[in-house]
Amino acid sequence: MSHHIVEFKNVFFRYPDGTEALTGASFRITHGESVGIIGANGAGKSTLLMQMNGYLLPSAGTVTIGDLQLTKKTRPEIRKKVGMVFQNPDDQLFMPTVYDDVAFGPLNLGMNNEKVQERVETALQTVGCLDLREKPPHHLSGGQKRAVSIATVIAMDPDILVMDEPSSNLDPKSRRYLMNLLKEFEHTKIVAAHDLDFILDVCRRCLVINNGRIVADGPAESILTDKSLLEENNLELPLSLQNRSIV
Amino acid sequence: MTFDEEYFNMGYLDTLSYKNTFIHRLDPRTKVIATFMFIVTVVSFPKYEITGLFPFFLFPVLVFSLGDIPVWLVLKKVLFVSSFAVLIGIFNPLIDNRVMFSLGGIPVSGGWVSFFSIMLRFFLTISAVLLLIATTSFPGICHALRRLGMPELFVSQLLFLYRYLFVLMEEAMRMVRARDMRSFGGKSRGIKVFISLIGTLFLRTMERAERIYHAMLSRGFTGTMLFVKTYHLRVADFTLLTALGVALYILRTYDVVGTIGRQTERMF
Repeated sequence: MSHHIVEFKNVFFRYPDGTEALTGASFRITHGESVGIIGANGAGKSTLLMQMNGYLLPSAGTVTIGDLQLTKKTRPEIRKKVGMVFQNPDDQLFMPTVYDDVAFGPLNLGMNNEKVQERVETALQTVGCLDLREKPPHHLSGGQKRAVSIATVIAMDPDILVMDEPSSNLDPKSRRYLMNLLKEFEHTKIVAAHDLDFILDVCRRCLVINNGRIVADGPAESILTDKSLLEENNLELPLSLQNRSIV
Repeated sequence: MTFDEEYFNMGYLDTLSYKNTFIHRLDPRTKVIATFMFIVTVVSFPKYEITGLFPFFLFPVLVFSLGDIPVWLVLKKVLFVSSFAVLIGIFNPLIDNRVMFSLGGIPVSGGWVSFFSIMLRFFLTISAVLLLIATTSFPGICHALRRLGMPELFVSQLLFLYRYLFVLMEEAMRMVRARDMRSFGGKSRGIKVFISLIGTLFLRTMERAERIYHAMLSRGFTGTMLFVKTYHLRVADFTLLTALGVALYILRTYDVVGTIGRQTERMF
C-alpha cells in the first residue's frame, strides 16, 4: 500500500523572519502506523505538521504524501488525504452548528446531500456526539469540542490523521475517552504532543525532534523509556514510568 | 454593567433562541418575512397616527406568550436603545406647535402627537426584531436571508460574526479580568491600558483568523460556504403568513379601534 505513506526527505524550512524551524528532517511513515512526535517547545513540531497538508511548503527537500510530492499544485489533492486536527478546537470549528461543521469537508469534496448526511451521522456516531448535532460550538464543553473536531476530519475519510496536541485542555475522563477512540482508528496516525503517556498508549512508533531535526526514531516503548535521550531533548520519562511515592 | 454580566446577558438571548416552542419550530424564513411585513406595516402609518398603532401590540404579546420569552429581558433591551428614538423625536414638539386637540383642557400640539407616535413605532419594531432573534437561532436567520436572496458573502460574514463573537468576548473577558486583578481598585484602569488591551485583542484576532483560514483550507475550502439544506416550509408556515398578512392589512386599512369605540358607545 504505497498510497498512505508520508515521507520527508531532508526537509528545511525557514520562516520569513529568519527562524530556521526545520533543518533537514527526514523520516518515512508507512500505511497504518501510529506515530508520536515529541519535542520541547519550539523544537519544530507544529511546523512539521503544517508541512504535511501543505500549509507551509518546504524551503528545501521534499515531502511526499502517498504518491504525490507536495507542491502548490498537488496541495488540494494532498489535503483530501491528510486530515488535520488543530490544537485549538475554536479554530477548527468555524461553522455555526456542529452539523454544518462536520458537513463542511464532505460538501467541499462535492458529495451530494444524502451522502453528506450519511457521512456526518457516521462521523458523529463514531465520536459519540450525535446528540450534539444541532448545537452551536460555543455551547459545547472542551471535551465535546475536541470530539467534534475529530469528527469533522474523519467525515472526510482521510487516509492519514494528523493531530496537534489532541489531549491538551482535556479533563482526565475526556482524555481517556479520546485515547480509546484513537486506538480504534485504523488510519495512519501522526500525533504531536507533550503528553508522553498519551503517546505511549496510542502510538507504536515515536519520533523525537530537536532544533528542527529528527534526533531519534524508533518504537515508542524503547524511546519513551530512554531516560537520558529524553532528558537530552528537554523531555522526561512519561509520568506513568516515573516512580513516585506519596509520603 | 460589568463586562462579565454583559457577556452572560448576551449568551442568555442566544440560549433562548434554542428553545422548542411552536414559534421556535417555524421555518426561519417565515419569521423573517413576518417580521419584515410587521415592521413595514407599522412604519407605513401616517405621521400623527396613535390609536391605529395600539392593536399592533397584540403581535408581540402573542409571540411573548407562545414563544415563552421572558418579557423583562426584551423590555430592558428596548429601553436601552430607546434613547436613540427619543433623540430622533424630541425636536418634534419644538418645531410642530400646531394645536391638534386638547386633553382635559391642556392643548396638545401636533409635535407631541408625532413624538408619541414615533415612540410607539419604535417600541413595536424593535421588540419585533428582538423577538425574532429570541425565537430564531442566529444561523437560522442567516440561512433564511440566504434563501431569500442575500449575497453569499454577507451571509458568511454574519455566520462568522456569530460563531466568533462568543470566542472573542471570552478572550476579551479573560484579558479584562487579568487587568482588573492586578489593578487593585482602579488605579491603572485608564485609557492607556484600555488602548493596549484593544490592540492586543486585535492582534490575537488576526492570528486566529489565519488559523481559521488554515483550518478551512485543510478541509477543502474553495471559496464558497456550502450547507446541507435542512429547512422545510410546512403548512403551518403558509397559514401563519397568510393570516398575518390579512390581519395586518385589516388593521392598516380599517379604523378597527374607532369602530370598536363607536360600537361600544352605541351599546351604552
